[in-house]
Amino acid sequence: MSRPGSGARRHGDPRNLISIGDLGPDVADGIEEVMRLTDSFVEVSERAIPKVPTLRGRTVVSLFFEDSTRTRLSFETAAKRLSADTMTFSVGTSSVKKGESLRDTVETIEAMGVDAIVVRHASSGVPRQVAQWAEASVINAGDGWHEHPTQALLDCYTIRQRAGGVAGKRIAIVGDVKHSRVARSDVGAFTALGAEVTLVAPPTLLPPSLDGWPVKVSHDLDSVLASTDVCYLLRMQRERMSEALVPSLREYTALYGLTARRADLLPEHALIMHPGPMNRGVEIAAEVAERQGAVIVDQVRNGVAVRMAVLFLLLGSGTEWGGESDR
Amino acid sequence: MTDTQTRKADVAQALVIRGGRVIDRTGERHVDVAVAEDGTIAAVGTDLDPASLGLHGATVLDATGCVVAPGLVDIHTHLREPGREEAETVETGSRAAALGGYTAVLAMPNTEPAIDSAAVVRQVLDAGRDAGLCDVRASGAITVGRRGEALAPMGEMAALGVRLFTDDGCGVQDDRLMRRALEYASGLPGPVTLAQHCEVEALSEGGHMHEGEWSSRLGIPGIPPEAEELMVFRDIALARLTGAKVHFQHLSTAGAVELVRQAKARGLPVTAEATPHHFTLTHAEVASYDPVFKVNPPLRTADDVAAVKAGLADGTIDAIATDHAPHAQELKEAPFDHAPCGMLGLETALALAVTELVEPGVLSLADVLAAMSWRPAEIGGMADTQGRPIAEGEPANIVVFDPTEEWTVDPTQLASRSRNTPYAGRTVRGKVRHTLLCGEPTVLDGKAQR
Repeated sequence: MSRPGSGARRHGDPRNLISIGDLGPDVADGIEEVMRLTDSFVEVSERAIPKVPTLRGRTVVSLFFEDSTRTRLSFETAAKRLSADTMTFSVGTSSVKKGESLRDTVETIEAMGVDAIVVRHASSGVPRQVAQWAEASVINAGDGWHEHPTQALLDCYTIRQRAGGVAGKRIAIVGDVKHSRVARSDVGAFTALGAEVTLVAPPTLLPPSLDGWPVKVSHDLDSVLASTDVCYLLRMQRERMSEALVPSLREYTALYGLTARRADLLPEHALIMHPGPMNRGVEIAAEVAERQGAVIVDQVRNGVAVRMAVLFLLLGSGTEWGGESDR
Repeated sequence: MTDTQTRKADVAQALVIRGGRVIDRTGERHVDVAVAEDGTIAAVGTDLDPASLGLHGATVLDATGCVVAPGLVDIHTHLREPGREEAETVETGSRAAALGGYTAVLAMPNTEPAIDSAAVVRQVLDAGRDAGLCDVRASGAITVGRRGEALAPMGEMAALGVRLFTDDGCGVQDDRLMRRALEYASGLPGPVTLAQHCEVEALSEGGHMHEGEWSSRLGIPGIPPEAEELMVFRDIALARLTGAKVHFQHLSTAGAVELVRQAKARGLPVTAEATPHHFTLTHAEVASYDPVFKVNPPLRTADDVAAVKAGLADGTIDAIATDHAPHAQELKEAPFDHAPCGMLGLETALALAVTELVEPGVLSLADVLAAMSWRPAEIGGMADTQGRPIAEGEPANIVVFDPTEEWTVDPTQLASRSRNTPYAGRTVRGKVRHTLLCGEPTVLDGKAQR
């Protein structure tokens, strides 16, 4: 079964984390391994001095072509707690337009001697391209509409932590799936772990083809909520209005927003998740984000420990995804 | 250019192409071909003796095991000059063409400035003559600057011999302007053809690959096939309305092929071409995110590839055209959605046609040569000197190729100034041995002669 975002349909990239599909020949095993490691790094994070010497002498560079203070800080915090040296290479998209090719940028960074490059780019596929040119490990911190694998890992971890596991959970991913890298990684990760995923969105905000996506689709949020264990809301961006994808934010909220009334349709045990930053009052009502079951802050907190686990696996353990150790 | 004529006179030499299998529009036979110093075919026959034909000191080109055919004609070539000489020049593009077996190429007008006036036409034709590697013809833009707003001076370009007009790179979006262009062009002296890059921009804008399973998975904005098909449909309607000829460039979708098939069945004056990449590659290639696979129209589905082959097989698609589109390496090492569209084609087209069409039995070798030589020569308005039969008195524009020789595409070995071939590392069969342009060898034993 092929999964969305699995790129070249080639599972298992022992050196990089660009797509959820890179997490080993058996994606579920790869995710479980990250989860187990994350447990120990959560413990580290709770210490008075939340730092271990594991990656001392290693250098992790953040190569962010697109602003994302939250994700960058999360990765840099993770690297620092592992005692790695960190560098930030912030590139406005304008300087790329000035002429330096992507390859030149990557080769410049490589020349400085780095062990891992954390890449964020507005264009899908850039981390895959960077990995072709770089010796260092490449970690995708979000590329275009393609993938955001560490977000999916922290989402899996949060569900596991708060609901005991992902397998068998009925997960509704609500909103702009078409333009969402989070959705592509989440679908890959959740379904690999045995969850039952339903995408809930207007047809204009779904990918043009869902061939090979092991998901159900609904355009009626109300009918889905009662049988949902995890309601995952995606950020709705204002520019979608100008592309005639939805008539107005008001109508979007009326049909697909998790209002207080709709949140009451959820089972009591259900989790409410959001990758942030939230548009309160659009995809999620302000009071819903605060209610019991909303684990949005947990997601952010777990992000650091999950990224520690990923950095450790790629740089520090001498093992490959899926537990093989022939590197 | 008197310069070129002098140079040609210096090197002109009689030749005999011996032992080959001649294929042209009249059929197939095993004969020798003698070429006189004046660049015409002096005789065709078995066991020709050059001396008895008065051709003293004739060079013998061994063509044993090879096909001898009219030189290939590409009616869709981006030579990039003027304006993008870092990617290709008329000279480097002509050299690539000669190595690919071409004796004529039709330069597309999306240069900087566009070929939308007599001055730029002259510049391109002069550069072609100076290079002397290929019969370089120029197409002209339909609209000024290819902006789709006002008609370009087609008359002054036609007076210089331009026979095909296109805004290639863009389709003419405005229905009324396209109607007027067809009507106006039909009154020009010398028959001209308007060719369309079929793409309704309202549907394709922002897209970077075929819209479907792979674009959805890879998170790349897509271009639906309907963007092409709607404009094919419109132009078929306009051909009916105006009675003018329309040529459809680089058909890529099953629906577009079917529309052209129906239009031909109704007797409308339409022709069509397809590129090698649209009958050999699918959108699955984009999974690597390598912009070498970014092209417009985009690589489509396996069903579309099959439809393009079927269209070639039943004659719906008249010609194989390369859409040779060189781009500097650094531009192709950009993020997929920033990189320009286009791939090289001149040096691989014949081998891909042999390997992917002839060997699997989609087309005969004669069908491939029809689609790569005499039919495009007619569409491009150069059938007076190109795609001619291999017969006494005809201009010696000839390709000699070994249809069985295997080779591996190596981007660093290409004559094009650019490297953006999507076939790097692919093993193909069919290798050009010699190319003659008006009797003069532009390629001998697979080596360019200048």
